[in-house]
Amino acid sequence: MSLLERAVIVPPPRRVALTEPAWVRRVVIGAGVVFLTLFVLVPLAAVLTAALSHGAAAYARSISDPAALRALKLTLIAAAIAVPLNLVFGVAASWAIARFRFRGRALLITLIDLPLAVSPVIAGMVFVLLFGSHGLLGPWLQDHGWRVIFALPGIVLATTFVTFPFVARELIPLMEAQGSEEEEAAMVLGASGWQMFVRITLPKIKWGLLYGVVLCTARAMGEFGAVSVVSGNVRGRTSTLPLHVEILYNEYEYQAAFAVASLLVLIGIASLLARRVIAARVDRSRQEAT
Amino acid sequence: MTITVSSITKRFGSFTALDDVSLEVPSGALVALLGPSGSGKTSLLRILSGLEQPDHGSTLLDGVDLGSQSARQRNVGLVFQHYALFRHLDVFENVAFALRVRKVPNDVVETRVRELLQLIQLEGLGRRLPSQLSGGQRQRVALARALAARPRVLLLDEPFGALDAQVRAELRSWLRRLHDEIHLTTVFVTHDQDEAFEVADRVVVMNHGKIEQVGTPAEVFEHPANDFVMRFLGHVNVLEAHLESGRARVGDVVVELAGHEEESPRPGRVYVRPHEVEIGRAQTAGAFPARVVRVTPLGGGLKIELTAPSLGSSLRAEVDWERGSALGLRDGDDVFLSLRRARVFAQAA
Repeated sequence: MSLLERAVIVPPPRRVALTEPAWVRRVVIGAGVVFLTLFVLVPLAAVLTAALSHGAAAYARSISDPAALRALKLTLIAAAIAVPLNLVFGVAASWAIARFRFRGRALLITLIDLPLAVSPVIAGMVFVLLFGSHGLLGPWLQDHGWRVIFALPGIVLATTFVTFPFVARELIPLMEAQGSEEEEAAMVLGASGWQMFVRITLPKIKWGLLYGVVLCTARAMGEFGAVSVVSGNVRGRTSTLPLHVEILYNEYEYQAAFAVASLLVLIGIASLLARRVIAARVDRSRQEAT
Repeated sequence: MTITVSSITKRFGSFTALDDVSLEVPSGALVALLGPSGSGKTSLLRILSGLEQPDHGSTLLDGVDLGSQSARQRNVGLVFQHYALFRHLDVFENVAFALRVRKVPNDVVETRVRELLQLIQLEGLGRRLPSQLSGGQRQRVALARALAARPRVLLLDEPFGALDAQVRAELRSWLRRLHDEIHLTTVFVTHDQDEAFEVADRVVVMNHGKIEQVGTPAEVFEHPANDFVMRFLGHVNVLEAHLESGRARVGDVVVELAGHEEESPRPGRVYVRPHEVEIGRAQTAGAFPARVVRVTPLGGGLKIELTAPSLGSSLRAEVDWERGSALGLRDGDDVFLSLRRARVFAQAA
């Protein structure tokens, strides 16, 4: 997935022999523009128009509504826990996969992709099965005063599960391209494992890591399916931003729903911009590796 | 520091990189590990540096076993084939790295790095990134970085492999002068015999994970221990022959072999270096006719490809310019050859 994205972001080198006749180019570009307008720009404009349909004051009221603010806070908390967890996991997994050949390596690579392959709803169901009141661990946890499902821990678990491929998928190809000679050099020069990681490896991978974190954060804040299943979607208590939008929509508060949705759109656009800037740097560090 | 390698064996899967190798590098020596790729020379270097562990055998520095020491504890300087400079650190910090991780005070680091940059003639380039340096400059930075913490021995893996011919030649003689100044026990890996002979005090010829011969460049060149060493050290004419007591019969030509009088008759090979082929215009005793196929200039002389029907083989000869111009050879000329020196080796197992 990330390879495709990069192909879009970085223009391919221009080859005159491969340049199509002008009308072909116009048709292809025109088709792309029409498609994007219909499926991206129009809906986006619709969201913003609907959000502002009752004026700026109503918009401000909708997004400063206590329930909306609590949903925003919950979204940020979930992301603030899930993203660092996935950062650590992603770096550790990529390190293991890029540096070592071990039994089960192929399996680990496949497992990292699992959350992208299964529907998020199923991911949510798995946690309900495990931690729900009729689940495997749920009753025991409840006896000890722990609520997972319909509470913050469940939301964090679901978010973490859904977003864990992003950092690792970004780092593995980068680390494989860069090789480990510099790390070997650092060791021979007397660096401890930690010194080697902090002084050599981390600077080498920082742009790729940042790119993965941005993708991971955007997905963590936008996740609907898995979180919807585990959170119970209690208004103002266990609803994250996407869930809050759904609640408002189901209550026919269209203007408020779109106002809150516009926050998610802003988060999305911000992460897109960040990705563009960072992707260029990742590409550079990959080129320097070769 | 004296390096002792004793009965080292190293396998990678089914491939035996080193097969019961033993070697002693005297303190202060500059030794070349010379061999084709896959001969085990780089594996041996990596084992000395601690980056690889041998399956059997041990390595010792001044008699102290290194087996229990990790790469970071050994304090050896290692220069990688592709330098492995830290791409995000400038030249100064690359060189300073070994001191930084040892928490050496800043002013000491400053002095030591300045001193090393002077040694490698790169003062003033301390703030450059490795990507802004030429190949030869990177090579020297890698060397300075390896020397920063005053290593006990210096190991270099194909140190000039990635450089173009002229820079190579300069760096070779620079490395030799540097070694004469600092007298650090040094082992370097190369597949280039000219490089090994020019730089090293002693040459260790390796093949298939074993050491074929150890000696000074002159010893190895003059007295190759076996046919592998003979073939590996530059071009050699290999002639199928029948060996008898003290002589070899190659086609219709008889070649005297001093020191092989007790040889029992057997088929074998005779090795003649190009400069050991004598070319003349006139028939002399023992000379045999040949025809010049092609004359090409080569360094300080001429390379001459010949066919000799009486040998049943083609040959290469080399003569210096003076001799070459005296002979005035042209393609297609008929000449007479004699072999000044020919070598035979015990049959390879």
